[in-house]
Amino acid sequence: MATAKSAKFDIKSYTGFKAITMLCLFVLYAPLVVVTIYSFNSSVSLTNWEGVSFRWYVDVFTGPESGKFKAAALNSLIIAISAATMATAIATLAATGMVRGGKFKLRAVSFGLISLPLMVPEIVTAVATLIFFNAISFERGIMTILLAHTAFCIPFAYLPISARMQGIEDSYEQAAMDLYANKRQAFTKILMPLMMPGIISGFILAFIVSLDDFIITNFVKGAGVETLPTAIFGSVKQGIKPNIMAISTMLLGVSILMVTISYFVSKADNTK
Amino acid sequence: MAAGAASGGSATTDTYKEVRTWLLLPAWVTLAILVLAPVFMMLIYSFLTKEFRGGVIWEFSLAAYDQFFFDRGLFGDDPAKIEWTYILIFWRSIWQAGAATILSLAIGFPTAYFIATRPEKSRALWVFLITIPYWVNLLIRTVSMKFLLRDQGPLNDFLINIGLIDSPIHIVNTNFAVQLGLFYSYLPFMVLPIYAAVERYNFSLSEAAADLYASKATTLRRILLPTVKPGVIAGCILVFVPSMGSFLAPDLLGGAKNFMIGSLIEEQFKGNAGNWPFGAAASMVLMTMVLILLMFYARQQARSEKAGG
Amino acid sequence: MSSKEQIAIDVRDAVKRYGDFTALKTISLSIKDNEFFTLLGPSGCGKTTLLRMIAGFEDVTEGAIFLYGDEIENLPPNKRPVNTVFQNYALFPHMTILDNVAFGLEMRGAGKSEARKKAGEMLELVQLTQFSTRKPSQLSGGQQQRVALARALAPQPKVLLLDEPLSALDLKLRKAMQLELKHLQRETGITFIFVTHDQEEALTMSDRIAVMSAGELQQLGAPTDIYERPHNMFVADFIGETNLLEVSVDNIENGRAICHLGGGHELTCNEVEGVGVGSKVHLSIRPERLFMSDTPAEGESLKGSVKENIFVGTDITTIVDLQDGPDFVVRTSNSDRGNKRIFEPGTEMFVNMELGAARLLVD
Repeated sequence: MATAKSAKFDIKSYTGFKAITMLCLFVLYAPLVVVTIYSFNSSVSLTNWEGVSFRWYVDVFTGPESGKFKAAALNSLIIAISAATMATAIATLAATGMVRGGKFKLRAVSFGLISLPLMVPEIVTAVATLIFFNAISFERGIMTILLAHTAFCIPFAYLPISARMQGIEDSYEQAAMDLYANKRQAFTKILMPLMMPGIISGFILAFIVSLDDFIITNFVKGAGVETLPTAIFGSVKQGIKPNIMAISTMLLGVSILMVTISYFVSKADNTK
Repeated sequence: MAAGAASGGSATTDTYKEVRTWLLLPAWVTLAILVLAPVFMMLIYSFLTKEFRGGVIWEFSLAAYDQFFFDRGLFGDDPAKIEWTYILIFWRSIWQAGAATILSLAIGFPTAYFIATRPEKSRALWVFLITIPYWVNLLIRTVSMKFLLRDQGPLNDFLINIGLIDSPIHIVNTNFAVQLGLFYSYLPFMVLPIYAAVERYNFSLSEAAADLYASKATTLRRILLPTVKPGVIAGCILVFVPSMGSFLAPDLLGGAKNFMIGSLIEEQFKGNAGNWPFGAAASMVLMTMVLILLMFYARQQARSEKAGG
Repeated sequence: MSSKEQIAIDVRDAVKRYGDFTALKTISLSIKDNEFFTLLGPSGCGKTTLLRMIAGFEDVTEGAIFLYGDEIENLPPNKRPVNTVFQNYALFPHMTILDNVAFGLEMRGAGKSEARKKAGEMLELVQLTQFSTRKPSQLSGGQQQRVALARALAPQPKVLLLDEPLSALDLKLRKAMQLELKHLQRETGITFIFVTHDQEEALTMSDRIAVMSAGELQQLGAPTDIYERPHNMFVADFIGETNLLEVSVDNIENGRAICHLGGGHELTCNEVEGVGVGSKVHLSIRPERLFMSDTPAEGESLKGSVKENIFVGTDITTIVDLQDGPDFVVRTSNSDRGNKRIFEPGTEMFVNMELGAARLLVD
């Protein structure tokens, strides 16, 4: 760390920038930390601190709302795993086509199409998808959520996978083919293993995006079908209760765990 | 990511060009059916007649757009006047998103700069620290924010306990709470492109400026800022666009008084008060505005790439 | 044994175009069986393109390529019995050294254990047996280069292609690897096609060299041919150091051309087809073929004065000013200082050469 004296000579450092960064981190983390702490509050009241307890965690699994949350959590998990798997498979193929497919006329259009879900405001995507399912008389339920999530997750899976692929020189495939591998073998034996960190990152991001999605799910879910975010939202609308903070803390843990895994996987560069 | 988004990615090779169509087909089909077709359908729905229990009647009508822009009185037969209600909601959305963008820039720029000037090894960790909250459920983050800021919440408790204030400050259900929520939702989108730009910045330019008698402030204003401007613009657009159409922050932190487009649209599709064609029309207006902004961004990005490489 | 040498690679009128850009302009050359053949030229001359066309990574716009009589230019790389040592080695980073070397054998249908056994033998040949379970990133540059070599040789290709394989190594290691490669080629009897931009490397290692520039073949021949009898300006200038002088041909008799250097100086050199009396052409004299003396020596002598002496380790380079004529660079080896004199700057002296040291060039 630069001392105040050397900062005068350090062309890069600006006074106050460090303080603002710390403020920024504080604002980002304070709400999460506070909710985590209060989730262990034994009081029924949100305001008063009455000592550490796990009662609200127990309440999540056994309390009056536990059935609703369990069903919602199961739905969320099934949808997130399926949607992330499909989105990752589609994105891996698409990235191969885009990054290893040479120049072609529809390249820019294809990239635009793939990143469309990122460009259109989420609420517009939600409205459009609802209208679409309505227009083709597709009954709303878990299937509509799954389809909508798959499409929405494709760019999130695509970006890390294609970034990874652009970092892999084509001399590896060429060496494989020079050594008598056909294109399929060059893909499965060489390219896929080298892309794996990108594919895992892509899957994890897609999984988190699906698990966290509220807006699209809220529009396309059928009556009575809930995912965790919609169930939490419904509950919060009647006021924040301590059990919500326990669920939030658990979800927060899952997200942080997944992102941490993704971070370390992408750092493990197997091309070096 | 920002530069790649404009140019469509970097260098490519052609090992799999023979099967390219087959590789891209699943993505094309999925996105065409589940994103393109729905948007097209939404356009059609915005020109249909509303069904009172939700849904539409397949009859052409301009009623949705008419209702959006004009007031024809209770029975629809008064002379048309400009309808300000919805235009004001849009205006408020733009204003709130703009305020959130400025707040994000004010905090995000120094943060991005600070991170980009850390030793190379620790930079990834700093970026990771900034992005973690983004991957936590937006709903949970917004709820957490609301919990923290409530009148009886920990923040007010703390301020009263240390004697800084006597009675709670009302933050929830104000414009500021919404701006704070939006800032909280999309801050990484501001930090990351600026960080990428500052990281690429050649600091011998700053040294040259200092050598030629420029103060630090002048160097920042005259040398650094113009160089990293594309990153700043990218950050602003990436925060502004999702803020405009956001739903959770205004809904949970803003309350009924601080209605934004997201809530207006949502209302049209929930319950019996809904008006699908009107919701579709409002969505079309929102999407058109956003796409125009993005096109401006893409053009600006392409130009700066051409100029700066 | 047939009296006619077998041809390993026959490139016939091969052309490579990328859109409007022509990377190779109608090249024809034959590479003999068991030959160490080098494609030499500056970057962008088309040498790597030609190599990649032989390997199968680039298609041939026009023309044909034959491998021991079989036409191969339409075969994909995995159907061609030629292997490549890549410039950056392209060792598969997720596989062990042994698996890397076994890869080609496995792809050709050998069982896993058989492939590994043979791969082990190859690693023995390049003395890397103890590293067989390591990953490529755990090896030094020189070791990686030997693995790349073992991997390419393991499937016993008919021709081995080497794309600037030594360019990433430091000077000492490069020198050692040059010898090792040469020995390996002799031992295995496999035809090597070697691409480099380093003329010294090419001269050291090759049986024959094809000098290329701007997508065209400039000269093809043994290293001594190329060095001592360059065809044209490009070859004379690119290979080694030389005195390039603009001259006019005064007279031609008995296969010798008398050339005028300006300032009244004259030199006799070889006659070149298409160069007539009165034409303005270039002339090349290698600096080490010149020597200095007080009085005119036998052969060709030119009067001049010393401008500057530059010590360059093994040699001393002297810049000589011919009165009213061009400057000359003379190189005197430090090893035979006893026989050859070095003059102080300003001294008047004669620059001498044997008949035939000066060569006329086309264009």
